[in-house]
Parts: sequence; structure tokens; C-alpha cells
Amino acid sequence: MGRTEIRICGLGGQGVVLAGQILGRAAVYDGWNVVQTQSYGAEARGTTAKSEVIISESPIGFPMIRKCDILVVMSQEALDVNVKDLKRGGLLLIDEGIVKDVPKVNAKVYVVPATKTAEETLGERLYANMVFLGVLNKLANLVRDESMEKAIADTVPKNAVASNLLAYRKGRMLETFTLLHEFFGSRSYVGNEHLSPL
Amino acid sequence: MTEAFSIKKYLRDLKLPFCPGCGAFTVMNAFLRAVHELGYEDLSSFVFCSGIGCSSWIPSPYFLADSIHTLHGRSIPVATGVKLMRPDLNVVVFGGDGDIAGIGLSHFVHAARRNLDILVIMVNNMVYGMTGGQVAPTTPLKAKTTTTPYGCFEYPLDAVKLAVVAGANYAARWTTAHSNELKEAIKKALRLKGFRFVEVVSQCPTAFGRRIGFKSAAEMIKWFRENSTTLEQAKKFSEEDLTTKIIIGEFIERHRPTLTENIYAAIKEAQKIGQN
Amino acid sequence: MGIVKSGVYFWQGNEACAEAAIVVGCRFFAGYPITPASEIAEHLAWRLPQVGGIAIQMEDEIASIGAVIGASWAGAKAMTATSGPGFSLMQESIGYAFMTETPCVIVNVQRAGPSTGQATKCAQGDVMQSRWGTHGDYSAIVLSPNSVQEMFTLTIRAFNLAEKYRTPVVLLSDEVVAHMREKVVVPPIETLEMVNRKKPKPGDKAFFGLEEVPPMPAVGEGFNVAVTGSTHDEYGIRFTADPLVHRRLVERLNGKIQNHADEIVDVECCNIEGCDVGIVAFGCTSRAVYDVVEEAKANGITVGYVRLKTLWPFPDEIVRKLAEAAGKIIVPEMNLRQVYYEVKRAAGDVAKVVPFNKIGGGELITPEELLKKILEVVRGRD
Repeated sequence: MGRTEIRICGLGGQGVVLAGQILGRAAVYDGWNVVQTQSYGAEARGTTAKSEVIISESPIGFPMIRKCDILVVMSQEALDVNVKDLKRGGLLLIDEGIVKDVPKVNAKVYVVPATKTAEETLGERLYANMVFLGVLNKLANLVRDESMEKAIADTVPKNAVASNLLAYRKGRMLETFTLLHEFFGSRSYVGNEHLSPL
Repeated sequence: MTEAFSIKKYLRDLKLPFCPGCGAFTVMNAFLRAVHELGYEDLSSFVFCSGIGCSSWIPSPYFLADSIHTLHGRSIPVATGVKLMRPDLNVVVFGGDGDIAGIGLSHFVHAARRNLDILVIMVNNMVYGMTGGQVAPTTPLKAKTTTTPYGCFEYPLDAVKLAVVAGANYAARWTTAHSNELKEAIKKALRLKGFRFVEVVSQCPTAFGRRIGFKSAAEMIKWFRENSTTLEQAKKFSEEDLTTKIIIGEFIERHRPTLTENIYAAIKEAQKIGQN
Repeated sequence: MGIVKSGVYFWQGNEACAEAAIVVGCRFFAGYPITPASEIAEHLAWRLPQVGGIAIQMEDEIASIGAVIGASWAGAKAMTATSGPGFSLMQESIGYAFMTETPCVIVNVQRAGPSTGQATKCAQGDVMQSRWGTHGDYSAIVLSPNSVQEMFTLTIRAFNLAEKYRTPVVLLSDEVVAHMREKVVVPPIETLEMVNRKKPKPGDKAFFGLEEVPPMPAVGEGFNVAVTGSTHDEYGIRFTADPLVHRRLVERLNGKIQNHADEIVDVECCNIEGCDVGIVAFGCTSRAVYDVVEEAKANGITVGYVRLKTLWPFPDEIVRKLAEAAGKIIVPEMNLRQVYYEVKRAAGDVAKVVPFNKIGGGELITPEELLKKILEVVRGRD
């Protein structure tokens, strides 16, 4: 790994900052240099929020992302605002339930039923962020799986560790169990091909 | 009391700064007598915090003790830091009405709310004396001051009642005409815990008395004596009549757990949790 | 949990600051909620009681620093943390702490002002306020971290300088550095330098003079210390009219910092012996400089820089050295020219000093923007 820049974005309250924190922590456990930043409006809930993680072999200077390798979006608004910052050939993960229009981009696009999975397995959509982390790490192999699980356990409150881990593992399994494969198989493209709107 | 009271043993060898006839002499005397009668040989278990104003000079630097002469209005925050780190010390705040009930009022209310273990003695001369006699939050309606030359158009604040409402464990008001009662109130306050407030209505012959028609400090003290009414007597007066009266006596005495008790209980709990 | 163990952590800047405070022995915190500094108060409210310390939320920032000053005189290492609006409210008390020689640490996590401004957005507009915010003649010690690691190390240093010189020290952070998370290495605690204030010997009476940094008793130790923000003599006794007493006191208070500027000043330098262009930067803005050095090299340009870890006292000599080597200095900052004028003053007529400013929305000066500026300056278009 040279340097990977990941942006996770959505609405305040969706846990995008927590997801970035956990990913960053896991990368530190793996010995990488990491910067994680976040931004949101003055209001605590409902406005757009984003969390950025830079994982690098060498020390990190400028801490913000201008063009990201990986973009995870959890709301239509966040997609509209951030898709221009995705690098050519980058990886775009979007939530199936929330995102309506998928733009034409030169990227690998995966439509992930994160919210749906969270609701079905844990009865709470707020675990969608952990489902995303599972899918993300499966696809991009950013950190060791045990580091991510340790980071989850070290970050979330004790009484929430089990459910967050479950959501993360569900995310990892989505691809393996063909649910994700089936889902994006017909709609996602690799490389320079464009994705048709849903 | 075997040993006779000697004010000198509690004071540094310095000339006091107060004008002739100032009420600060009475307050200083009453406080140190109270300390003496409670059996304190010296002031080594006390810390005094004061702000800016003539009465803030009562302890600083004249008391032979630790004294912190803070910014205008900020004696209570500083006292908060001192008391929380050294709960074993008696922390006493001296201040004027401008210092405590004007610029520092929010600290006063919040310290009473927290039931911070300090004694606050507010010397209320109804005016900003040090700066030359400007209107204060305690100035009576219609009184002439240098910044209300046509008479004060505001109502004065009753700091004792405020202390009661905010949560003080003890609150009393006396005047410089009641030096013995004042001394007894201070003694009582020093034996209690939590937030304790003693207001002393006091004369400023230099910057206030002259301007409102008193010829001397003695005249003002006489006026205090004649216009004071106990809480019991006050019930008989109408609200309007009371505007020209000084209500004296103990307004509250209670024993709510104090801030230091509460905060150290929380620390104990945290250390228990922290060990797990 | 006691003091943090040595090891590698993934911390937010504010968290690193709070943990460092505990490591260096801070046992009193008073603060008031304000974005983007609240995490320091929250973290210490949780952690300080675990080590037997006290954290309290006061009614405002004035009360917060007042309580910190009181706690310091009660013998504790004490700290508060705030942002622009709260820092403005604290200015009078910072002067009081300076005048009364009260060691304490004030963390200002800068956000975009004036006034309420953009509460969640980064800025560097308080550089001059941190130097000149209180009234009267005074000297400030102000540190400027640019990473989460430095939020840890410079917090420790802030306490050490406060204790050593008996003066308030400001840790001037910013929203980006305070809110980002990075790897932090906590070295073995016994390897960290920890300074404690000099205590008086029995019988000592002069706590405000005679020595450049006099010994400091705590209240309740039997020294009958008289503390006042009014002009006072060596023994703490008020002298409000004597010109000599004032001169002696205020000159000593300023001298004890200015005479030791060499010890206090801390900078990170690169290529200052020979370069085509110089940069003087600090805080979050300096992070872009690291990227630019590499990128400029690819364009055949050698960039030298001085990164200010202490803003005040200002490192005149080293900036002058950079000016001599570079001939051209760019000063990028997220304000409308503050450090720029200091660099200009230090550089004198040996270098052309070029401001590069950007404010609003918390947008950092990017490496691309800085490189563009460098190319313009080197190629003589600015």
C-alpha cells in the first residue's frame, strides 16, 4: 500500500464519523500512518457529514482529501456533492435504499444494501455504517480483518460491541453469499465503463 | 474566652486605606472578633479572596493570612478553584455590592446554586465608592449618585433573597449599626458548611452619604438603626413601605450537601469505576 | 484507569491534549462548552476524577479561568480550554495570571471569527490576540501544534514552561489539528521531562521578586502569601502609585520571558541554509508545506521552511536566517495577515516577504495552491 484516501459521507447521525474513526484506528493497529478528519455543520443532526481517512506508508503532510480513491456515500445529497472528488478508476460504494440517482463515473461502483441489511439483521438502520465497513474491507482489503474487529471493539460502547461486530460481519459476508454479487452484478461496471442510472 | 481580643495579631503591620468613618472598619472588626471568639489563634486555616472595590481591601493584604486579591467581580471563581483543591481550608470572600452583585453577580448565583463551601461577606454601601460614587445595583430608587444626577431610576437588588432562592445554606443581613449581631452571624456562618452569605449594609460617607444629605458617618449609622426592621416585623409592612426599610436577620439556614462533598463523592465513584 | 501507558494510540487532537495534561500532572480543569474545544472538557470530565483530579464546568469562560487561577494558587497544575469567543472573555484574567505569576495553561482551539463567525470551521485568526489580547505591557508564551502527536507533546511543554516561568501559557491549536485523529506515540512516561514550580523554603517571604522567577508557595502552607493583580512589591504588597515599583515589577515580568526566548523558541526547519524560496508556516497550514517541498523539487525548486512550534516569543533569528538564504519568503496562513508582519519585521530588507492568505469555510491552503504561489514567486510574477 502506498497511500489510500477514503471518504465516507452521508447525513449527520448516520455514523459516518464513527466509521472513519474505526477504519483509521484499525489502520494504526496495522502500523500505517493515518489521518482521519471529519466535517459537519453546526447542527448536530440532519446536515451533510463527511469523514475522511488517509492511510499511508509514509508520513502524511496535508491532512485533507482533494481526490479520493474510495468514496462511500450514505445519502443522495452526499453523493451529489462528493462524487466529483472520486479519482478515475476509484471505488464508489453507495447505499441501495437511499441513493436514487447513480451518476456516470469512471469508477467501480457497488450498490450495497447496507441500510436494508442493518434493518433486517439488527432491526436498526443505524448499523448501516458497520455493514459498509464490512463490504469496504472485503472489496479494498484496507486493513486486517482482526484489526478492524479490534478497532470496533475498542471504539464503540461496551454494550454495543456485539451488534456492531455482527453488522460488520454481515457486511463482509454480503459478497460471499452472492447477495451483493447478484445485486451489483447486473448494475456495476469495472474500469472505465459507465454505470447506467438505476 | 480567656485571652482578650487583640486585632493586631491578625493583621500585617500596614496602614489601613479606608476613609474616616468607613463601614469597612466595623466589618473587619466584626469578622476578626468572630474568628477570635471561635478560638482561631491565627488565620492559617483561612484563605481570603476578594475582588476590586474598597471592601475587597479588608483582607488584602492587611490580614496576616493567605489572600488573593483578584480582578473586579472574579473573587468567587478564584475561591472556587481554591476550595475545590483545598477543601480543608476555610475560604472567605470579601466584596462590595458592585463586585458581588454587579459585575460578579452570575458567579454569586452559581456558587450558591452549587452550594460551594465558602463564606461570602458582601459590604453593601449602595454605591461604587472607590470610583467616586456611581450608581450600583443596590442603590435605592431616586437616590442621587454621580451617574444618576437626577436620581436613580432603577430598583435595587436584594442579594440576600437571591442567595436564598439560588440555594445558599445560610443567608443573613445586618448593618454596621448591628456590629454584635453581625459578629454572631459571621460566627454562625463560619461553623456551617456550604454556601454562606452575609450582607452588611454599610456607610460610605465620602462618596454616598454626603450626596444624599447625611452630614457624617454617625448620622448614616443612626439612619440604618432606625430604618432596620426584622423579618418578623417586616411582615406587617406593605411592599411599598419596605422599599425604605432594611430587612435584617437570618433569611435561611439549611444543611444541603455541599459542592465539595458532592464532587469528592463523584471522584471516589470514578476511581472505583476506573480501576475496573 | 490511571495515567495513560506508553504505547501507540489513535487519538483525536483534543483527546491527546487532555491525556497529556494528565500525564504532566494537571489535576484541575475548569471550562465552558464551546466548539471546537469541548472534547477537551468532556475527556477531562471523564478522566480527571479517575486520577483523583477535578473537572468542573463553570458558568462562563471568565469563571473558568478564575477557577484555574485559584486552583493554581492552591498548588495544582491547572488548565482551561476554549475557542475564540471564550478566549476573548478570558483576556483580562490572562493579564491577571501574568501579573500575579500564576502558572496555568489556556488551550485555544481556533475557529473562524470575528465574533461567533463559523463555529465549526478552522481558522488561524487569533495569533495576534494570543500575543496582545490583554491590556498593558506583557509577554506571552504561545505554542502551536500541527499534529495530534504535538497536541500531546506541546501540551506537556506548555505546562513545563508555565511552571518554569510562573506564567500563563497558551496552546494555540486550530479546529483541524484538534479534531483530526492520528497515530500518537506515548513514550515511556519516565522519559518525559516534567517541570514543577519552584517552592519556597521555610521563612521565605519574597514571592514576587528578588529572583527573576521567584518561588511560589500555595495557600494553606503557612507562608501568608498576598496575591494581587495591582502593582505590588517583592512581598506582594500593593503599591499603586510608586513609579519604581511598577517599573521594576513589569520589566522583570517581561524580562523573565524575553531574556529566555532562546530556551522557549522551538521551530522545525528544512533547507534553511540554501533554498530558492522560503516558507514560514504554523499549525494546520504547515501540513501542506511538507507535500510542497517534494512537489517543488520535481519542478527544480528547493523550498526551505521554518515551521513555528512557538509563535511567541517570535523566532526572529531563525526567520532572519531563512530570509538571508532564500531572499523570498511566502507566509501562508488562514487569516488576513498576522504572522506575515512578524516575518517582514524579522526579515528586514534581506528578503521579499509575500503573504498568502485564505479564510472561510475552514478550507485549508492546499499543497496545489501553495505550489502555484511558489512558482509565481520564484518565477518573479509576484
